[in-house]
Formats: sequence, structure tokens, C-alpha cells
Amino acid sequence: MTQLMSFFLFTGALIAAFIILPLFRLIVGPTIPDKVIALDTINTYVVAAMILFGAAFEEIIYIDVAIVYALLSYITTLYIAKFIERRAKDK
Amino acid sequence: MIPFLATFFLTFLAYLFIAASSGEILALWSKCEVFTGIIVALIASALASRVLFQKKDYRLLNPVRWALFLYYLIAVFLPALVTANLDVAYRVITGKINPGIVKISPQLESDAAITLLANSITLTPGTLSVDIDGNNNDLYIHWINVTNLNPSVEDICGTFCAWARRIAE
Amino acid sequence: MIIILTIIIFVFLLIGIFFNGLGSVGLLKFPDVYTRMHATTKCTTFGSIFTSMSVIIFAFYFWKASGDSKFLVMALHTTVALICLLITNPTGAHAIARAAHRSGVMPKPAVIDELEEADLK
Repeated sequence: MTQLMSFFLFTGALIAAFIILPLFRLIVGPTIPDKVIALDTINTYVVAAMILFGAAFEEIIYIDVAIVYALLSYITTLYIAKFIERRAKDK
Repeated sequence: MIPFLATFFLTFLAYLFIAASSGEILALWSKCEVFTGIIVALIASALASRVLFQKKDYRLLNPVRWALFLYYLIAVFLPALVTANLDVAYRVITGKINPGIVKISPQLESDAAITLLANSITLTPGTLSVDIDGNNNDLYIHWINVTNLNPSVEDICGTFCAWARRIAE
Repeated sequence: MIIILTIIIFVFLLIGIFFNGLGSVGLLKFPDVYTRMHATTKCTTFGSIFTSMSVIIFAFYFWKASGDSKFLVMALHTTVALICLLITNPTGAHAIARAAHRSGVMPKPAVIDELEEADLK
């Protein structure tokens, strides 16, 4: 059991480390939609890592936070998309 | 009345699913939790019953359609998802792409069916739905490897369109 | 039994790491917004399905073995998180793709663009 938990801890840490790659696109990204999809990728990574950490430390509250985080990040994405669309129309 | 009852049962089931731990009812829920769930579901369905069935379309309440949907997820959608990811892996590693945006007319009418089809298309091999024509429900698809400039519905999404029609229309 | 469980979870976690990493590589490597979206939407969703499935299998096994209801709660809540991720990821990608095309970001290497000719507004 402790071995399985160390697997989860290691995988969670690795997925959290992957966040560096989309962060590069988030800073450099030539257009705004590029930056938004980089942010979306980071959000998915955070949710996956949070679930794995929840299993590794046996803390259910981490998984509850992951659910709320997934829904809120979805609303953020929709809102930014709406903003980009509206701004293009007004121009 | 039907929207209120349907919303009540859906929210109550969702509450029970999240609140299951230990207790006297079926060894999963305590009485206090079930009572709280009924009150919360009543409040939620009083507030939100207008949202769920705006077009007075109750076909999705049929349990046969839910069984079909589960069968579709496991037998049709899952193999396509695996192929899609192997395909994207191949394209990321080799960098061979030939993209373009094409139009298909699936001839679906209900909102639920077109949502199901668009989300299935996004998660399956080499295709991503970009926009929709609100008048006649034509979908615009970004295709990563265009082999045919005037594709039929079957070229893009295989049997998904027939399944979406069977499940939600 | 526990050895089979360990092997299954190990394989699932490896597949999850591979596809999650591939999503990022695709995001950095592909030439325009739409092809990048192909890589991120599909690969990160698929990778997260596998990492979450390993947690669900782990929690159900130890619920059956120990009878501790904490593990049942863990499995159910992970299922809810997975369903949320599975529904919201393609929908969010669809919203961004539509906004990108309407704000004038065109697919750069494109053999055909029927949406530009259609002019929906």
C-alpha cells in the first residue's frame, strides 16, 4: 500500500512538473487563443495532479477541491472565449 | 410539473452520489444526510426547473436512451478515443499535418443530439468542431489530415451521427 | 492479488504520464492554434482518464479489503471529478476555437477553409 502511494506521489509530482511546458506557451504564445489553451492545459494538469496527491496522502478534501477547480476553470475558459469574441465584433 | 420532478430526481441522485459514505440506509447513507439531500434538491429544482427543459422536449427522460448512451460510450466511443490518441501521438512525433476546415451537414435537429455529436467529434481521430450554423445545424470541422475536399458525414465521424440520432432524437 | 493490482496501476500511471506529456509537446511543436488544440484537448483528457482510473481502482480495492468508508468516498469523488473533466474539456476547446476563428485568427497552413467563406456572424 505504501508502495502504491509512492507511485501516486511520484506521478503527481511529475505531472505538476509538466506545467513548465505550457507555461512557456502561456508567456510566448503569439495570439491570445494560444495563451488561453495553454491556461486550459495547465488547469487540466492541476486537476489530475490534485487527484493523485489526494490518493497519495489519503486526503479526500484534495479531490473535492479538484472537482470545484475543474468546474471553475471551465467557467473561466468560457468567459475568456466570450470576451475575445465580443471584442472582435466591436472592432 | 414534469421539469420540476425531473430536476428534483436528478439533483437528489447527484447529492446521494456525492454524499455516500457510511450509515444505516443500505450501509451507505445516514438518515440525516438523505433528509438534507431532499431539502437541497427541492430548493435547487425550484430555482432551476426552468433551465433544464426549455424547449419542452422530454425524449431524454426515456431510460432506454440512457442504456443506449452507456452502450455507445463503451462500445463505440472508447475505441475511437484510443485510436484518436494514437493518431495524435503519431502526428506530434512525426509532425506530418495537412489541416483545413471543412463543412458537414449532419441533419440533426435537437440541441442534445448536436451537442453529443460535436463533443464526440472533438475527442475522436483528427477532427475538432469549430463552429455551428445556427439555422440548419451545419458543423464546421477542423480536420488535421484533409484527404477529401468535399467530405460526407461518414468520412468525418463514421457511425457517430447515426448514434446521436438514435440516442437523442 | 496485490501484485496484479500494483502492475495494473503502474501501467495506467505510465500511460497517463506519457499522454499528459505528449499534450505539452504538441502544444509547443505544432504551428497554429487549431492543431495545438488537437494535441492538448485529446491527449490531456485521455491521460487524465488513465491517472484517475488508477486512483478509482486503488480506492475500490482497499474499500473492499479494509471496509473503511474513506476509500469509497475517495472513489466516488474521483469519479465525479473525472466526469466533470470529460464533459468540460471538449466544450471549452470548442468555445475557444469558435472565438479564435471569429476574432480573425486563421489556420495558417490550411488547404481549405470553408468557414471563412461562409461568413457566420
